[in-house]
Formats: sequence, structure tokens, C-alpha cells
Amino acid sequence: MSNWVDACAADEIEAEDVRRFDHGDSTYAIYRTADDKYHATDGLCTHELVHLADGLVMDCTIECPMHNGRFDFTTGKAQGAPVFVDLKTYPVKVENGRVMIDLG
Amino acid sequence: MSPGHVIVGAGEAGARAAFALREQGYDGPVTLIGAEPLLPYERPPLSKRAITGETFAVPFIADKDRFASANIDCLTGVTVTDIDRAGQSVRLSDGAAIAYDRLLLATGAYARRLAGPEIDDPAVDYLRDAADSERLRDKLTAGAAVLVIGGGFIGLELAASAVQRGATVTVVEAAERILMRGVPAAVADAIAARHRLAGVRLLCGQQVRAVRKTSQGAEVVLSDGATLAADVVIAGIGAVPDTDLAARAGLEIDNGVKVDTELQTSDPCIYAAGDCCSFPHLLFDGRRIRLEAWRNAQDQGNTAARNMLGSADAHAAVPWFWSDQYELTLQIAGLADAGEQVVQRDLADGTPLRFTLDAEGRLVAACAFGPNATIAKEIRLAEMLIARRAHPDPAALADPSQNLKALLRAA
Repeated sequence: MSNWVDACAADEIEAEDVRRFDHGDSTYAIYRTADDKYHATDGLCTHELVHLADGLVMDCTIECPMHNGRFDFTTGKAQGAPVFVDLKTYPVKVENGRVMIDLG
Repeated sequence: MSPGHVIVGAGEAGARAAFALREQGYDGPVTLIGAEPLLPYERPPLSKRAITGETFAVPFIADKDRFASANIDCLTGVTVTDIDRAGQSVRLSDGAAIAYDRLLLATGAYARRLAGPEIDDPAVDYLRDAADSERLRDKLTAGAAVLVIGGGFIGLELAASAVQRGATVTVVEAAERILMRGVPAAVADAIAARHRLAGVRLLCGQQVRAVRKTSQGAEVVLSDGATLAADVVIAGIGAVPDTDLAARAGLEIDNGVKVDTELQTSDPCIYAAGDCCSFPHLLFDGRRIRLEAWRNAQDQGNTAARNMLGSADAHAAVPWFWSDQYELTLQIAGLADAGEQVVQRDLADGTPLRFTLDAEGRLVAACAFGPNATIAKEIRLAEMLIARRAHPDPAALADPSQNLKALLRAA
């Protein structure tokens, strides 16, 4: 089942950057690539529960600010030590300048 | 058949190397030998969350199942007493001997102890392992008078943890300011201010002349003659690399087990990684350094594992260090003493980020103390600039409107 939620304005995220989005009891990370594609994942690193939105985006990689665990945020795939568990990803669409994510 | 690889020391470097051997596809025997009774665990929380958390807990690097599924034989509570270099085997405290093809020494460091005729050793606590942390947790309670000797990272993190638990805390530092080693004065001043705000008393320029056990706990006599009473006295005065085994085996020692850029010791079958070894750093003119840092232990564990399997990778990772104190984090990338020129950038929330450039204008370090969310990305970008040996324009570094990512792409 779809559950589209309005996360933020598209221009609230800089190109090649990430923003935190809290909803209910959960936290998510919304990404904008250098070529203005949007993606969303769970907000906490699977290693030590640090907010990924504080980390660095380079190309399609988000790097956890605490221990530099890296994930491909388009697939959620963990890129190796110290992270081994993939991030959950969520469908994203942009409508009327708003970033919508499907929390299912 | 190869007898397999043996790793002595089951801390961050040793455990990482064991898993890295498997990640590299090695399928022979891997034995990881740890002196402590616990499976390998992460040390950074020992001075922080393990003490301030609701219950005592140390996060394990990997549980029994992960060692089993990686087919790593992790021995705990066992020490290696000798290395037979000619026979390529190690002898264990339980009498067993294990042959090795390649041996990795990841023996770490131990807490430097206060020494002197007037130091009553049992009156002083130290923090190095989980057992120390659990013991200190029971002592650093509300109302306890805590005296910390040493204004370095361990001392300051313990001071922050103790005062957050409601203890009354005094830190005594022999040098004229805290964090003399590796932290620029302005950043150290900001950290000192945060401690004072929390109620920690900082006494700099004071040597400890005597520590005596009393009925309350202990009393400490300072160089100016003052006597301070405390329930708990903790010394955090640095770490000493554990080179005992290497020295007994006749390996070269130079402020740690001496290794080359590939982390090989003076015996080509033996490598060393982490806090126990000193190595020439290629990014800093081959200067021989030894690092006591979580990331370095990981990086060197990975590099050593690859080289034990036949690679010839030079370890040239940018030194990176963090220290959490209160709600703030200190992060340092590079070596702050490798240059003289300091350039300051004020981040959006006012936190200063300080860059250090050498005489040729090369970026050699970056340092900040502030909220992790503010500083982590910037320090990470600075680290990448340092790795590229970039010579960024100081005016651009000082200008917060100039994105460091753009400077990195231009480098």
C-alpha cells in the first residue's frame, strides 16, 4: 500500500546533499544528486544509529559522519566495513516543488 | 599447506585485520588471540557512553556467530608469551603453540602509570579496558569528588562523563594548557571553556608531587604545595605502546614496533598495526609517527591484512581523530604540528574551523570543536584535501561561502 508523505520543498536540499526528515517515530534521509534526482533512505546508519543527514554526500554515496561507513543511497547498499547492513530505501517523487516519499 | 595467519591482539586493529583477510578471499586458518576475557569490543565508548549510559554496556565488534561464520578462531583470555621467529610459531600462556605463515602484532598500548617515590600506586585508577570502565562507572557517581590527573583526551572525556553523572571534578594538567599534543591552542581554549561551563575545575601548570591513600579515598599533593582530597583519583597521562613481545623476539623498536610504509616489521613475516606500531607517514615527508586512534587501527588492520596476503600497499591514510565531550565533538584531520599558518573559517552556527597550512601552502590539518552535525562534513572534506596534497587558496578556505567540495574538485 502506498503512503505518500510530504517531506520537504525540493529546493530545501542543496544539490549533492542530504536533509533529515522526521515523521512519526522514524527518521529518514532525503538526498538530492548533482543532477537533481531525489532519493530517500532510513535516516540512521545501520552501524551505530548516527544520523546520516549529518554525513557527506559525494556523487551517489552517503558517508556516515561518525565512522565513515558508506552506502549507495540510490540502492541502500552498504559499501563495506564498518557497515554491513543495507539501508532501507523509499520511493520518491517531486510534485509541485515538494519532495514526496512513499513510506508504504 | 600454509599453517595460516595469526594475529596477536584482539582490539580494533586485530579484529579488523582478521575480517579483512576473509574479505580479501583468504580461506586458510586465521587465529585471533586476545588477552582479555571478552570478545573484541569497541574502546571509544569506555570513557563516555559506557559510563554515562543507563547501564554498563560495551558494543562488540563482532559476536560469536560472526566469528564462526567467517571461520575466524578467536581465542580470548590467552596471551602470547613468545615468538619463535625461526620456527614461525607463537607460544601461548596455556602452553599451546600455533604456527604462522604471517604474523600480525596488534598488541595496542597500555595506560602510562604515574611513577615516583611518593606515588601510592593502589590509590590511582586508570582506564584502558572494559573492566576499568565498569569499575570507574561505579565510582564516578553523584556527589563523588573526582580528581583527574592529565588534561588529555582520556582525562577530559572522563571529566565530562563524571560531571554529567553529578560528580565534582577537578582536572590537573602539568602543561600550561590542556591538550598540548596535537590540538591548536584556540581549539583547546574552547574545550576548556565548555568544561568550565559544566563546572569542571581545570588546574594547569601543576605537577602531581604525591598521591596518598586516605580513609576517604586519596589525597593529591601538587607542585605548588596544595593538597586536594578526592574519593577517586584517575590518571590519564598517555599510553605506552605494548612492545614487550616484539622486543623479546628481537624486532626493532622505535616508539612502538618499528614498521615500514607497508606495516612490515624488521622480520618480513611479521607485520604490526594500530597503537603498538610506529610508521613513516608518506603524506608528511616520511616522518615516523605512532597514532592512538580508532580509525588508524581500522585502516592499518585493513592494510596489514592485504600485505600479509602478498600486496605491497603503502599505508598513507590521513590521520583522523575524534573526541566527544558533552554534546560537542572535537575532530582533527591531519597533523596540526606539520605547519605554522592557521586559517579560520566560521561555520554557519559560528563554530570556528581551523586549517593549518605548511610553509609551501599545503593543507596539513583541520580541526574543529562543535556540534557533530556542523563539523563532520567539513572536516571530512578537509581530510580529502589533505590526502590530495592540495594547496588551497587561504582566502577561499577562510570564506564560508566557498564550498569545500568545490575546492576539492578543483584540487
